[in-house]
Amino acid sequence: MASGTNLSESLNPATSSEAVKRAELSEIDASTKIPALFFLCSALGWILIGTIFALIASFKMHTPGFLGDAEWLTFGRVRTAHLNAVIYGWASNASFLVIIWLMARLSRSLLRHPILLLTAGVFWNVGVTIGIYGILTGDSTSIEWLEIPPYATPLLFVAYALMGVWAVIMFRFGKSPHIYVSQWYILAALFWFPWIYSVAQIMTIWAPARGTVQALVNWWFAHNVLGLWFTPIGLASVYYFLPKVLGKPIHSYYLSVLGFWSLAIFYNWAGVHHLVGGPVPAWVQTAGIAASIMMLIPVVVTGINHHMTMIGSFNALRYSPTLRFIVFGAVNYTLVSVIGSFMSLRGWAEITHFTQHTIAHAHHGLYAFFTMVMFGAIYYILPRLLLKEWPSAALISVHFWATAVGSLIMVLVLTVGGFHQGLLLNTPKLANTLGLQPGTDPVPFLEVVRVMNKYLVSRSLSGILIFVGHLAFAVNVVWMLLKPRSAEVTAPTLFRNPPEMEVVTR
Amino acid sequence: MNRAPLLFLGAFFAVAFSWTGIILSNQIAYGKLTPVIDQSDNKAYPLPISGQAQQGKLVYQDLGCMYCHTQQVRRPGYGADDLRGWGDRQSVARDYIREQRVLLGTMRTGPDLRNIGARQTSTEWHYLHLYDPQLTSAGSNMPPFAFLFEKRKIVGEPSPKALRLPPAYAPEAGWEIVPTERAESLVTYLLSLKDTYTYPDEARRVYVAPAANPEGKK
Repeated sequence: MASGTNLSESLNPATSSEAVKRAELSEIDASTKIPALFFLCSALGWILIGTIFALIASFKMHTPGFLGDAEWLTFGRVRTAHLNAVIYGWASNASFLVIIWLMARLSRSLLRHPILLLTAGVFWNVGVTIGIYGILTGDSTSIEWLEIPPYATPLLFVAYALMGVWAVIMFRFGKSPHIYVSQWYILAALFWFPWIYSVAQIMTIWAPARGTVQALVNWWFAHNVLGLWFTPIGLASVYYFLPKVLGKPIHSYYLSVLGFWSLAIFYNWAGVHHLVGGPVPAWVQTAGIAASIMMLIPVVVTGINHHMTMIGSFNALRYSPTLRFIVFGAVNYTLVSVIGSFMSLRGWAEITHFTQHTIAHAHHGLYAFFTMVMFGAIYYILPRLLLKEWPSAALISVHFWATAVGSLIMVLVLTVGGFHQGLLLNTPKLANTLGLQPGTDPVPFLEVVRVMNKYLVSRSLSGILIFVGHLAFAVNVVWMLLKPRSAEVTAPTLFRNPPEMEVVTR
Repeated sequence: MNRAPLLFLGAFFAVAFSWTGIILSNQIAYGKLTPVIDQSDNKAYPLPISGQAQQGKLVYQDLGCMYCHTQQVRRPGYGADDLRGWGDRQSVARDYIREQRVLLGTMRTGPDLRNIGARQTSTEWHYLHLYDPQLTSAGSNMPPFAFLFEKRKIVGEPSPKALRLPPAYAPEAGWEIVPTERAESLVTYLLSLKDTYTYPDEARRVYVAPAANPEGKK
């Protein structure tokens, strides 16, 4: 068993105090190695595939003839393949990695029978692969976020159940007397996802509800995938890595409790805001809007908690890659959620509802928040699994700046573009309001399409930038996996060495 | 918060609450809506669509049309759906009760299609538009669906279904472009999309009258 010497060199003062504790952690980390590496490699593969699908879809939006003869790559399919590759491929695999690694550490429990967990992971990825193949060959269900054809979903469900059981077993038989806030989120997410997924599958595909009740089920699910699956995992990671890297406890226990329960209560009602103005009862739309506004409570509370933890340590952002990604993600969690609350309002949705504004919001949440947090987590976890350090700080730097700048450009361009699009689509109404000649339509539909072109081209450019970031990340990961373990003790890879580290690194 | 059972119970009730509120209560409230039989023509509205149109809907689903086209008309005064001519009235829950899969959509990269069958009635227009949208709507960013058509050698008489393409698009002499079965079904489906019937009950309770613009654009 590898000793904890490598960890002792870690930036983290909290663990470097007691050698015994370190040895135990090291042993726990080692027990998760095989499945964790599998999830990491799968996640990495999917994010590359997903980004390529995204780029194809994005090019098609401004150059519709691009690959126009390939039926399997037509926009409606490749866009859907992109969504499913990044949600069920990248984001879910990254979540599994973080879940088992954090759960083992926080519960102080060895991962038993890693090969069985690995099998579950293989099943999951086979399910996603079959699903995406099905989408590209024309078997998509055309239900947003549930497009994977019904012949692949049972596989996903069983694989998920196995992984959930593993995490719960680790939790149940762990030695830790406490349940840390990250564990609340993880346990709740593991419980929530199979529930919403199975209900949604049954009520939309196996025994579909009549009429627009289906749409309610659809958006109850699709919003909760974010709210009850990815958001909890993202927040669990922030709650763990932020204090870990900084070497100090989280600001307030009580704010954590309040943040958790208010999220649990309000988030799952919010999904109906995707149907504002649609053919579903007005009261349930209003309930969805109210819940979306109430989401300000958990978001602000969590934001304050993280910020207060961070205060006084912003200097550390100059050194630690993990911290930089995590903080970028956490800040964007606050931003995207606050914007999201207001987007649900009827007056706002009237303009932005069916536009690129929504796409901006989705990428803001899933990319600028969730994905960046996952990158941060991986930068912390992988050295502890492989007992070697990241080969290139420069590549980490490229990764960070390309993805951070790329995602912010994309969000900004589409937020503004979507607002513009919505205003143009509503021009006949504006013309009426302004008292122009009745029936005037100053901006016919094709004119809206023409105006949107520049935003869509900019989005493609930001996508290329993000892809460059992903390539840098992939090269670094593969390089790290292949490079031999250095014989002597190594220091963690940082953007630059902080003054107090100079002593340690000789 | 060190008690796991409490955590699970709380997590359970949180989601059970929204499931009951959003899904169960609405399933009870209008999950069993039935068609309305009109005494004057003895038909049950919304009308069922034909088998070929059903086939076409599957093509619509497998190509992912709904990612750019909604099928829901917002009420007059909220957005400009009525003023753009996308429907004479807003869509209501009853419009969708015969649909195995409800494709409301959330994106309007292209126009709403809920009443495309009433708005664009020409089969030929639809074929040309699908073959290459630039033929009918120059500047559109809809992808071409030429793969739904077949180029074949004319044997004997040219097919009556063959597309009448402008010279720049036309195949060489002796060849013709004809829609495949999938294209035919898809167009049949598109032409079936029209919510033109006024339900008496909804007309009293739900419909919003088009206000500002009585003689304006349809």
